[in-house]
Amino acid sequence: MNEFIRGIKRGFPICLGYIPVSFTFGLIAVKMGFTPAQATIISLTNMASAGQFAGIRLIEGGAPYIELIITTFVINLRYFLMSLSLSQKVAPDMPFYKRAVMAYCITDEVFALSAMEPDEVSFPFFGGLMLTPILGWTSGTLLGAVASGLLSPMVQGCMGIALYCMFIAIIIPPARKSRKVALAVVVAAGLSCIFKYVPGINALSKVGGGGWSIITAAILGAAICASIKEVKRHHRAAMAASERRDA
Amino acid sequence: MSYVAICMFLMFLTTYLIRVIPISFVRRKLENEWIKDFLYYIPFCVLSAMTFPDVLYSTSATGSEPHISISAAVATAVAIIMAWRKRGLVAVAIVAVLVAIAVELLLPYLP
Repeated sequence: MNEFIRGIKRGFPICLGYIPVSFTFGLIAVKMGFTPAQATIISLTNMASAGQFAGIRLIEGGAPYIELIITTFVINLRYFLMSLSLSQKVAPDMPFYKRAVMAYCITDEVFALSAMEPDEVSFPFFGGLMLTPILGWTSGTLLGAVASGLLSPMVQGCMGIALYCMFIAIIIPPARKSRKVALAVVVAAGLSCIFKYVPGINALSKVGGGGWSIITAAILGAAICASIKEVKRHHRAAMAASERRDA
Repeated sequence: MSYVAICMFLMFLTTYLIRVIPISFVRRKLENEWIKDFLYYIPFCVLSAMTFPDVLYSTSATGSEPHISISAAVATAVAIIMAWRKRGLVAVAIVAVLVAIAVELLLPYLP
């Protein structure tokens, strides 16, 4: 029970942060012709920011099912890596149904906070962690859908930055503490910019709603940082071995 | 079922399967140090790659083509400084939105 309460406390700031973002989603969805109920159901069943925005754009354009599936797949592929990472943070004997429940709410922010837990992530903790963000995400969507038209397009546009600033607030403090994390952040951001701007390579960012360039930048960035650490580990091991020989 | 209903179901199914497969089927602890490090860096890399450079386009008015704007650049700088000083997610997000709105309102009056 304590773990559950601790999860709720950790998750509540995410809930508050989700409200402006999902509010924007609700606004845009209704503008595109979705009903408030449809917009809210999309939020409740997907819990995925970028994937939802891309999805409703495609549906509005009457895209074929396969295009919708591929785009959703590519934009949300990062959740596959997060789910894999989370599989290492839960007890190996955790039953399937608990894993199936947790999987539903592996969002960028909920995952990031659970990944930063020093110890194993328990089911009650993750349950508490995901509870208020789900409420915030769905109720924010409904509010935005109903309030559509009350805000000017300029203000609606400005609310779009909320999601990214939440990301910034999540990654900067650990990057300040650890040089390796700072390196990971800089490398991934640099690669992402290369994939967007360098002629030829930027074809990557024009397909799949930008999903390919994000996933490629992230995988390359993490691989580079892990390899640097691996090289250092070998180096240290070699140094220790030579010191033993000298002694 | 209507086109929209089928699409909504497909979005849900695709998103959920991506999330449920790894956590359900990877049940042993990975031993490889490189893979462990790789997975450690993934959250930071994903969030960073999603944020940059897209954040600079993120305040474009709804209905307009996304473009880099001064309001987004200023709000991003404020967000980074606030995050550096360890302010919480909500404070950072809300202040950034307010800063972006303020800059958009001021822009027409600047030389």
